[in-house]
Amino acid sequence: MTESSTIALALLTCGAIAGTYIWRGIGVMFAARIKSDGPVFQWVTFVSYAMLGGLIARMVILPIGPLMETPLLFRALAFVIGVGVFFVAGKRVLPAVFIGVASFILLVSYF
Amino acid sequence: MIASATVVNRLAFRDAVGFPSITLLASMTGFGSLVHESDLPFPMAIAATVGIWGLPGQLTLVEMHVANLSAFFVILGVALANARFLPMVVSFMPLMNEAGFKSRWDFALVQMLSINSWAAGLKRFPEIEKRFRRRYYIVFAVICMSAGTLGTVIGYFGVGLMPRPIALGLIFMNPLFFAVLLAGVQSRPSMIALVVGAPLGLVFHLVAPDLDLLLTGVVGGTLAFLLNKRLNLR
Repeated sequence: MTESSTIALALLTCGAIAGTYIWRGIGVMFAARIKSDGPVFQWVTFVSYAMLGGLIARMVILPIGPLMETPLLFRALAFVIGVGVFFVAGKRVLPAVFIGVASFILLVSYF
Repeated sequence: MIASATVVNRLAFRDAVGFPSITLLASMTGFGSLVHESDLPFPMAIAATVGIWGLPGQLTLVEMHVANLSAFFVILGVALANARFLPMVVSFMPLMNEAGFKSRWDFALVQMLSINSWAAGLKRFPEIEKRFRRRYYIVFAVICMSAGTLGTVIGYFGVGLMPRPIALGLIFMNPLFFAVLLAGVQSRPSMIALVVGAPLGLVFHLVAPDLDLLLTGVVGGTLAFLLNKRLNLR
């Protein structure tokens, strides 16, 4: 990594940290005075969740990086298994993630 | 009502060690391995975990950067992914602090707030006398953050030592963890937005890969917002 790209990466990370902290800081400043259920904040929450839904779908179906070397079928199947276990097993996070990831590893190893 | 420092310490410790710590350890192991496999440096992994302290925003940072987006859009994307911290802080602070209490330390303490400490605080605070609530939060949040940091280190350095299928499994853990954590949020508005956003994310990725997440957020979020309004009117 060159020096300039290291600096750029450091600045980017600081920017991302600041962009996150803004919400926390505003929250402390106005904790008693802000109406966080007003329409503007509601809209921002919707934007944030829609973005996250899009990000999950993209990471599973059209990943960038190492997951590209795995078949779409394995990713989709393991994802459905994980989320399925979550809802069947009483919304427990850890068993769902464990079983989903284990199925993915098995699929990648043996098929 | 609990009004003893030792009892509060013990309660916070007991609540934090267990599900919250294990979840954070595991999810941040996934994050650490993703950073490593994206050829990004270790300090960035740690800075993102401690500085952003929220998996959605951390994943957004790595994914958007790897997709070669300009810094402005990456930062905007991370900020939007973390917008939920505002309502969380607004509902949390008045419960933790005594009425009229103000401290500059709040600006530092709030950095450790995550969905785990938020939920634990909301659940336990009613049992704890007000002047001990900050203590509960600090003990709980410090344990959580340590677990998350440890997970990041393990993931970053561990992924290279593992057989390929397991390393891929760790990376795959990111979207799965993320989906399951969000699916656990029991509110109709967030579910609508997630379900509307998912297909749009794919479409925009193919049509406008540079701006896919932001477009998904603005278009999908607005659609979901309007849809939810409609459902409420019925």
